[in-house]
Amino acid sequence: MRTLLLVILLAALLPQSPARGEEVDISASVEMQARAFWNDPQWVGQDDQALQGSVVSITEFRWRNEDGNQRASLIPYLRWDASDDERSLSDLREAYWAFEGDDYELLVGANTVFWGVTESVHLVDIINQTDFAGDIDGEDKLGQPMVSLALQRDWGEISAFVMPYFRERTFAGVDGRFRPLLPVDTDNPLYESSDMEKHVDLALRYSHYIGDIDIGLNVFSGTSREPRFVLAPDGASLLPVYDQIDQVGLDLQYTEDSWLWKLEAIARDGHSGTFAAAVGGFEYTMYQVSESSADVGLLLEYQYDGRDEFEPVTINDNDVFIGTRLALNDVQDTAVLAGFSYDTDTGEIFVNIEAERRFGEDWFGELRVRAFSGAEQGDTTYWLQQDDYVQLSITRYF
Amino acid sequence: MNCTRVMILTLVAAVLLGTAGAVFAADDTQGFDIAARSDRTDLGFGDSDVELQMVLRNAAGQESTRALRIATLEKPDETVGDKSLVVFDTPRDIEGTALLSHAKILDPDDQWLYLPALKRVKRISSSNKSGPFVGSEFAFEDFTAIELNKFDYTYVGEVACGDLTCDVLERTPRYENSGYTKQVSWVDQTDYQIRKVEFYDRRGDLLKVLELKDYRNYKGIWRAHTLSMSNVQTNKQTDLIYGDYTFNTGLAENDFVKGRLSRLR
Repeated sequence: MRTLLLVILLAALLPQSPARGEEVDISASVEMQARAFWNDPQWVGQDDQALQGSVVSITEFRWRNEDGNQRASLIPYLRWDASDDERSLSDLREAYWAFEGDDYELLVGANTVFWGVTESVHLVDIINQTDFAGDIDGEDKLGQPMVSLALQRDWGEISAFVMPYFRERTFAGVDGRFRPLLPVDTDNPLYESSDMEKHVDLALRYSHYIGDIDIGLNVFSGTSREPRFVLAPDGASLLPVYDQIDQVGLDLQYTEDSWLWKLEAIARDGHSGTFAAAVGGFEYTMYQVSESSADVGLLLEYQYDGRDEFEPVTINDNDVFIGTRLALNDVQDTAVLAGFSYDTDTGEIFVNIEAERRFGEDWFGELRVRAFSGAEQGDTTYWLQQDDYVQLSITRYF
Repeated sequence: MNCTRVMILTLVAAVLLGTAGAVFAADDTQGFDIAARSDRTDLGFGDSDVELQMVLRNAAGQESTRALRIATLEKPDETVGDKSLVVFDTPRDIEGTALLSHAKILDPDDQWLYLPALKRVKRISSSNKSGPFVGSEFAFEDFTAIELNKFDYTYVGEVACGDLTCDVLERTPRYENSGYTKQVSWVDQTDYQIRKVEFYDRRGDLLKVLELKDYRNYKGIWRAHTLSMSNVQTNKQTDLIYGDYTFNTGLAENDFVKGRLSRLR
């Protein structure tokens, strides 16, 4: 509700009839999403209907001044889920004002920032919290309040982030799929810092390219975006615990002909100690296969994570990801990404297929299939074993 | 023999040799010279910004439209390529998608793609020269900056082209991974602008014909405002319909860095 009021207030502040040279752009999309689960739920309390429906509305208000050196953005994101209240969400993906000089940019407000190069896991990407209830792939993010300053120099770009407010990770509620035996109580998070969600987090990033090599280096100090879990005193739920961490990260890509060689690595001083994690591999693309317009890509990545059992759980600890990307390069931009991750320690398999295309000018369709197998009790994906699903979503743009 | 006769003979020989040299040179350089004269009418444009519509038409006549903007920064040195930034406004699902290119002459260009849904900047391979650009009949290599020294030229002859007379040049790509064995271009003798290009595929068959129409002059700089690419093998067509260009808009090197890609909207 507070978000909605803020949206209306900010929308009212946007110039209604732009002065000459000013630009105001308003656009919107509505996505209708249906998930079908073919296995009965694993845990007591989970909605046993095979279908889960939801609607997502994204509205974008963008403003740029006549000189072009100031801009503002407001993107309210609203999601309503028919089965799981905890999956319903109102968020501001963006709500910022920015000033651009010749070689710097100052930004104040909520924004989304992506770092990294790999496909199967995003290790170095740490600015934004993950909207895990939205999608288990970790690519849905929540807007992060920040003051950021970016400086462009001949030798690269340096960006500094001061983040005064922490966003908690979203989790499915008691009715929802993709949850452990006990649901996560997102109303009672625990923090290592006594400042709790008001702890001021800091980050610094350097980004540049030298010939065929793109490089990013970053440092983060603040509240971990990944929580640990402890049993609630009443024993009926899990409480997320957000520790203070220091982390350095590196992302590298070497681009040579049809090969993209990728590496992401982090070292983190976490809850119990210091550990390292890395993901590396390649993406090789065969262009215009068999004299068609289609491109076929092959992806291979290896994931390593050295964390111990006292740190937040990861499923990407010793896994191989193999995938293929098909792009038809047709008028509808039809594309398919299909792959699986295989845990070389436990034999767990996660299959992921994503297909998408445009219909006409204003409609967009996406099909996703996700399946889990091979986990035994105690394995990190055991709690997801019954949650194989197919998802169809249709988006209309306005 | 007196000195005068020797001098005259020497002069005659020199003139004959010189002419012969010029004739031989004509085979090698006349094509390049015409291409260079055409390319250099563009010299000093500084930077430009333009909005355009891309209209894709299939063999059945069904149309699909894209709106995009292209900003270009000139690198006057002919051994270095221009920098360009292409941003899509429609279709709506790819709104904000941007392609940043630092063109090279013979080496692969440096290219970064911006994916607005994830706000992700991705360095992409530019060896895909011959692939279709966003599903159109334009290949990447047709769309990125046409640099003079990317081709070898041979002069073919002159023909009438509309009200004008055109020099016809054959140009063969010097860079790797081109989808073409050769291109034949028509350059008019009045304004030195390219009026038409034929593209021959890897088998040597005619693949596409590009017509450049509606040339307008901006204080000495010519720009075509309608580019029609017809694929003669599939009967598909893509038209690029340009709005008015603006030049010297104050674009600088810092507007063509990857860090800018997330700040375009």
